[in-house]
Amino acid sequence: MNKTPAAGAPPKRAIDIVNASLKRRYARERRFRFIGLSAVILGLSFVGLLFADIIAKGHSAFVQTYIQLPVHFEAAVLDPDGSRNPEVLARANYQQLIRDALRTEFPGVTDRRETRTLYSMISVGAPTQLRDRVLANPDLIGTTQDVWLLADDDIDMLVKGHIDRGLPENQRRVKDQAVGWVEQLEAQGRIAKRFNTIFFTNGTSREPELAGIAGALMGSFYTLILTLLFAFPIGVGAAIYLEEFAPKNRWTDLIEVNINNLAAVPSIVFGLLGLAVFISVFGVPRSTPLVAALVLTLMTLPTIIIASRAALKSVPPSIREAALGVGASPLQTQIHHVLPLAMPGMLTGTIIGMAQALGETAPLLMIGMIAFIVEIPSGFTSPSTVLPVQIFLWADSPERAFVERTSAAIMVLLAFLILMNLTAVLLRRRFERRW
Amino acid sequence: MSTTLDEMTVRTRATTSAELASGRESRETVGDVTSANPRMVCRHVDVFYGSTQAIKDVSLDIGKNEVVSMIGPSGCGKSTFLRCLNRMNDTIDGCRVTGSITLDGLDIYDKGLDPVPLRAQVGMVFQKPNPFPKSIYENVAYGPRILGLTNSKAELDDIIEGSLRKAGLWNEVKDRLDKPGTGLSGGQQQRLCIARTIAVSPEVILMDEPCSALDPIATAIIEELIDELRSNYSIAIVTHSMQQAARVSQRTAYFHLGDLIEVGETNQIFTNPKHKLTEDYITGRFG
Repeated sequence: MNKTPAAGAPPKRAIDIVNASLKRRYARERRFRFIGLSAVILGLSFVGLLFADIIAKGHSAFVQTYIQLPVHFEAAVLDPDGSRNPEVLARANYQQLIRDALRTEFPGVTDRRETRTLYSMISVGAPTQLRDRVLANPDLIGTTQDVWLLADDDIDMLVKGHIDRGLPENQRRVKDQAVGWVEQLEAQGRIAKRFNTIFFTNGTSREPELAGIAGALMGSFYTLILTLLFAFPIGVGAAIYLEEFAPKNRWTDLIEVNINNLAAVPSIVFGLLGLAVFISVFGVPRSTPLVAALVLTLMTLPTIIIASRAALKSVPPSIREAALGVGASPLQTQIHHVLPLAMPGMLTGTIIGMAQALGETAPLLMIGMIAFIVEIPSGFTSPSTVLPVQIFLWADSPERAFVERTSAAIMVLLAFLILMNLTAVLLRRRFERRW
Repeated sequence: MSTTLDEMTVRTRATTSAELASGRESRETVGDVTSANPRMVCRHVDVFYGSTQAIKDVSLDIGKNEVVSMIGPSGCGKSTFLRCLNRMNDTIDGCRVTGSITLDGLDIYDKGLDPVPLRAQVGMVFQKPNPFPKSIYENVAYGPRILGLTNSKAELDDIIEGSLRKAGLWNEVKDRLDKPGTGLSGGQQQRLCIARTIAVSPEVILMDEPCSALDPIATAIIEELIDELRSNYSIAIVTHSMQQAARVSQRTAYFHLGDLIEVGETNQIFTNPKHKLTEDYITGRFG
């Protein structure tokens, strides 16, 4: 195009040059679109793979195997003096009832080892199940009832097909004999899979069939509430001051750079800081939602401050001028006009920060949230764990039944994360203003 | 108040492009900067943004019941000067104002003076209509409410009706006061902003190109309104339209690269400008 046409040759028209290059330009555009589209498809397929794998592994944890046995509530075992005293009933030997029921069901079993195998088919949580029943209705004593008893995790795995019945006996956890009993019970329709309420109502346990996420969920809930209470006011306050009131000088530049740096600090560092400062110096009880919230506040503050500043920046200056122009003070201008307009953006940033905090594991390991806690936490200072840490702990457990529970817990965590992010998107849609 | 300013001599100066570009030294103002009945008096005002000087030694009066228009090419500092009059420039970092500006004899850049009540006395209407994203009623009510001008709802209602009437908007919006102000047309929004400004009973109204975003019909309505408002307020208006300046103002000030070049009766400026630069501008040779 820089070349001048040779003398004598007809001058080339600009439109001819444009037409000649057109095909190449369109081809480049098509290539670019194709690359972009494949990147999106690749990304989505990874997400799809993740979800498919987790759901395939975890969906079976939402049902639990139960075995139906006729249990005789023997008065001599439960209530020898016939007083119906709840304290006596609570301490009675319910395990005896289950063992009796099993022996009645399978009368041929006499050998000690065989008996042990037989007893282990029913979960160690089943006696509690019976006790709760009797305490709720003492009239059961002396009667025989068909009761659905919680099966042991190995039996549960066998029934769900996670243990291959075709393998040789020494390569699987369930003995041939037990497989035979299970098949016998299945034939009688006395084995059923029911919705696993235990998973949602119990704290964790060494026994997979008794392990639930309620403790971790409550721990996460208390932690997030406190994190929100700490991080939102501090973050929004800092953002308003920095964006609207602070003079622009070297100091505020330094602060801004440091806030951005803080957002990129590995989260485990915050955990170490929490351990060194909050627990060692200030004596905050460890392994509690309180200390977890303090650490997660430090971690989410940069996210909230950066998002809030962006939200404040997007409020048009004309609104500030309008308010100042009628005699509003700078603070009134902020509170009456700028803040309401920036709030959706601030809330979006906060929710994303909270979602980050919900999924955070590493710093919490440092401050004792990794402890094995069976109790469901009852407050901000009771020992607890949180969902991602619970997932980490279960993923570490050797029992086959914990594999599906790990995946199920991940599904619950993902559900909460998606819910929170969805809220953020909806908030933005609902309150976004265009200028 | 310096007396030399009152006896400005007409100076004829060659305006070469080199001088236009350099413009380092401030030029002396041609014409009479004073008003017979001044409300705001500005003397030797310099404005700096950081190290650049945006306004150079400008002196100008804004009289009672008078519309002063400020014209000049883009970037000449007329808006900056206007924003000095209610200390709106305070909100800009690195902006520094020297010289004296008084409102009814009171120095508005005095250390002890609070700019917040000042802005209630010297109201401002901006280039782009900027109603609050609230109802029409709330837009007008906001000023009186935060300043505590009323004790009762009835009083507030009176102020709102009065302000909207003065702004010529009452008949158009009286049935939908609870509708958002941002839903009005551009011209109506600007009149709503004027109503919002006069609701706090200011003494001076500053208008920064109030019609630049409006169509000719809306502009005509606003110009009519400015003429009516003159009976109660002092008005300083910045405009890019020389016709508008000629139509609405009694006095006109011509700014050029931060200097106030010429001030005079509007008729005189447009029919018989004394300074070469003014003449070049109003005859359309540049700007």
